[in-house]
Amino acid sequence: MAGLPAIRGRAWLFGSGISTDMLSPGQYVHHPMEERLKHVLESARPEFAGGVKPGDIVVAGANFGCGSSRESAPQHLKDLGVVAVVADSLARIFSRNAIAIGLVAIACPSISEVVKDGDTVEIDVVSGMVSVGERGIVLEGDRIPEPMLDVLRHGGIEPLLASIAAEQNR
Amino acid sequence: MDNLAGSKQLTVAEEILARAAGREESSAGEYVVAQVDAMMMHDIFAADVLSMLERAGIQRLHDPSKVTVVFDHMIPPPSVSAASHQAKARELISHFGIDAFFEIGRGICHQVMIEERRVVPGQLVVATDSHTTTYGAQGVAATGIGSSEMAYALATGQLWFKVPESVSVILEGQFSYGVTAKDLILYLMKAIGSAEAQYRSIEFGGPGVDELSLADRMTISNMGVEIGAKFAVFPADSIQTIRENAGYVASHTVSLRSLTPQVAVPHHVENVVDVDEVAGTPLDQVFIGSCTNGRLEDLRQAAGILEGKHIAKGLRLIVFPASSQVMEAAAREGIIETLNKAGAYVGGPGCGPCFGGHLGLLAPGERCLGTHNRNFRGRMGSADAEIYLGSPMTAAASALAGAITNPCQMDHITSGREPIGAVATGDSLGRRGEA
Repeated sequence: MAGLPAIRGRAWLFGSGISTDMLSPGQYVHHPMEERLKHVLESARPEFAGGVKPGDIVVAGANFGCGSSRESAPQHLKDLGVVAVVADSLARIFSRNAIAIGLVAIACPSISEVVKDGDTVEIDVVSGMVSVGERGIVLEGDRIPEPMLDVLRHGGIEPLLASIAAEQNR
Repeated sequence: MDNLAGSKQLTVAEEILARAAGREESSAGEYVVAQVDAMMMHDIFAADVLSMLERAGIQRLHDPSKVTVVFDHMIPPPSVSAASHQAKARELISHFGIDAFFEIGRGICHQVMIEERRVVPGQLVVATDSHTTTYGAQGVAATGIGSSEMAYALATGQLWFKVPESVSVILEGQFSYGVTAKDLILYLMKAIGSAEAQYRSIEFGGPGVDELSLADRMTISNMGVEIGAKFAVFPADSIQTIRENAGYVASHTVSLRSLTPQVAVPHHVENVVDVDEVAGTPLDQVFIGSCTNGRLEDLRQAAGILEGKHIAKGLRLIVFPASSQVMEAAAREGIIETLNKAGAYVGGPGCGPCFGGHLGLLAPGERCLGTHNRNFRGRMGSADAEIYLGSPMTAAASALAGAITNPCQMDHITSGREPIGAVATGDSLGRRGEA
């Protein structure tokens, strides 16, 4: 079982109320994946989908991921290489979906006020501590509860299902 | 009850999650693993979820009889990719032995779940749609989940849950003419908001609840999720809300009489204002439908305003009934004819343009007022379009005027005609709100 090493990456800063319609617009829901990924967050920051690099981190204001239950919202971020989302607060279904697909998502009040776009942000996933080294800032995010950390350690629910299947079919 | 006075009571969320977890009690903040009583998927996610199970080597569902699938979103399929997606889903639905499968044409999943009695009071229900909170109208602890969690629940019959804190909302009095359940829940978007309701359960109670039909309650519970609520529960059968000695983190009391028509303005559902603040805003499209407001009562209210009139030139009115039952009843009552004569496009039962998939998307610069549930940027097509949300009465009045209009100021409402909200003698489900 993989551990949960600290994450360090470049921040893309977003405001509050980033919805699943912005993350994964409904009109592209059955389009080919490469087409869908081009539209991720285009209505908030058109340069994001083309500019994001593997290992980057999304930092946002309140209620990140509000709206639909579509799991494509966190999945698209992961597919684009984003390794974590840290927001002042997270919408409930989004936060569960992120963990379910193996994407770190941490609520960290007022993080969006201290992080500047392009900052290097470091996250201790288990403790929930978030730091911005170059500014000497350390904030305490909400701890991810143990059942969800366990899902993260497995890399998401899908890998877990394989072991359930093995048990069922024994 | 005397010996219970002063002792702690559980909230509805605590009670239902404790029961489903096989425990005496549970407390807000803790995590429980609970048996799920019913599960539902729609066409957007059914193929993904079932394919995930297939890939993992899962050969059978924990209990296929608890599972319902409804095709309601991308229907009829507008593209080869949607058609292929649905074909794959049909194959897997059959493979996994899911009998409760409702094909295209039956209606919007949440309406169908209630009409087909696939949920009952006191249950714990999950579905791959955020508006699953709708079943709270019948005292169900129901909430939306994603595809992976659904796959897990289908395979194991269980899922872990955080026991949410609860917020109480006590309703008093009754609505004034022209004010509806939609205006109440829009008002609560503003008065409570996600800052307070996120990951919490909202319990509705008080004497005003008796004034609300099941359709009204469904509209309110449906949009609970828009302020982040995990559950949005009304009393039903043995499920009593607002328990005196239960721990609520916040309480609100709302006088229904004092409410006015409300409108959510771009680009967030918590941006809610009195309709008069935006009255006169020109519109290109009006949409009446969705799991929020596509029921018989909603169409009846809209038709009451549109009857004998025609929508404004240059505006299009799109109507999608919530289900085949709603459509039949509306046809019997002459509502479909009224809508057609008023210039509306009336489609078959389904989600229509609400989720932004098809059937009424917006061009850049266009403005729509709809009875649905979200007005996020890009929700209905172009990111440069604007979406306003209001009641079916506000929608109908606005369609006639070609601009956002307060339905209370329509002539025939103040002309002594019987108030539209009071006409109903039964709802589309053939029963009153008490269920």
